Amino acid sequence: MEKVFARSKGLTDVPFSFCPGCTHGIIMRLIAEVLEELDIIEDTIGISPVGCAGFSQDFFSCDFIGAAHGRAQAVGIGAKRALPDKIVFTYQGDGDIAAIGTQHAIHAAARGEKITSIMVNNAIFGMTGGQMAPTSLEGMKTVTSPYGKDVSTTGYPIDMPTLVANLPGAVYVASVSVDSPKNIAQAKKAIKKAFKVQQAGLGFSLVSLLSTCPTNWNMSPSDSLKWLRENMMPVYKMGELKVTEEVESL
Amino acid sequence: MAKVKVIEKYCKSCGLCIEVCPKKILTIGDKTNEKGYFTVICTDQEKCIGCTLCAKMCPDVAIEVYKDKK
Repeated sequence: MEKVFARSKGLTDVPFSFCPGCTHGIIMRLIAEVLEELDIIEDTIGISPVGCAGFSQDFFSCDFIGAAHGRAQAVGIGAKRALPDKIVFTYQGDGDIAAIGTQHAIHAAARGEKITSIMVNNAIFGMTGGQMAPTSLEGMKTVTSPYGKDVSTTGYPIDMPTLVANLPGAVYVASVSVDSPKNIAQAKKAIKKAFKVQQAGLGFSLVSLLSTCPTNWNMSPSDSLKWLRENMMPVYKMGELKVTEEVESL
Repeated sequence: MAKVKVIEKYCKSCGLCIEVCPKKILTIGDKTNEKGYFTVICTDQEKCIGCTLCAKMCPDVAIEVYKDKK
């Protein structure tokens, strides 16, 4: 019999350290498969931030640099400018890219830095114990908003991809989800396009992926996926938010 | 003929594969792996159609799928 599905060469043998049912693992698999399909594993430098995404270096078989909280893009830009032939991507959570590292995300896009950013949005600070994030939804209960997020004092959820898509330097921006096999296939396409954009040197690319956090949402893995579909997908604008003409012709 | 194989050391018993399987042949077994998770088992390999949906949904890349060459 022929193997039709197996672990990608882009991943190491190390089992993921995430909680059961956390969709971080699906996203990592997609990136690894894209790296393998484009044959760029050895030419890629990943940047890992702080948070659950901070374990990335153990799981990917490409090179990795660890950055301080929120500074993954700053480090990535440095690596890309010093080694323009390498493919540089950042793998960040929403707390990293939309809270502590917002300025880097905005300015990397404004300058059209030729890196790819992967944003994993689960509307919460996962590793630190489920605190409210700028991406948390209105009325969402977290450990720091036990009565539900009050937008009059803590603000509305930040839709990072929409924000970045407005800047001319960003040439490819997509917001996808990994809640079903169909959406996972779409997510992979978006990630592949984002890496191709960088290979062609067109500019900044961002793929935001809606993800779950069963542990901190206090739900079972399958209920988390349902909650994501019903609550997060209507709030965040989904699909390819920006595709320039050059990107379309890739 | 197709076959689904769960790599026990990766399985965390989250159950996402069980829900997505169109033939409903996956279930949580009664044996634990080294980390103490009850790993997923296939109850009827004969029924597997090799659609790979379980493997695509698995967050821990714990599933391998085999299929006969056409």
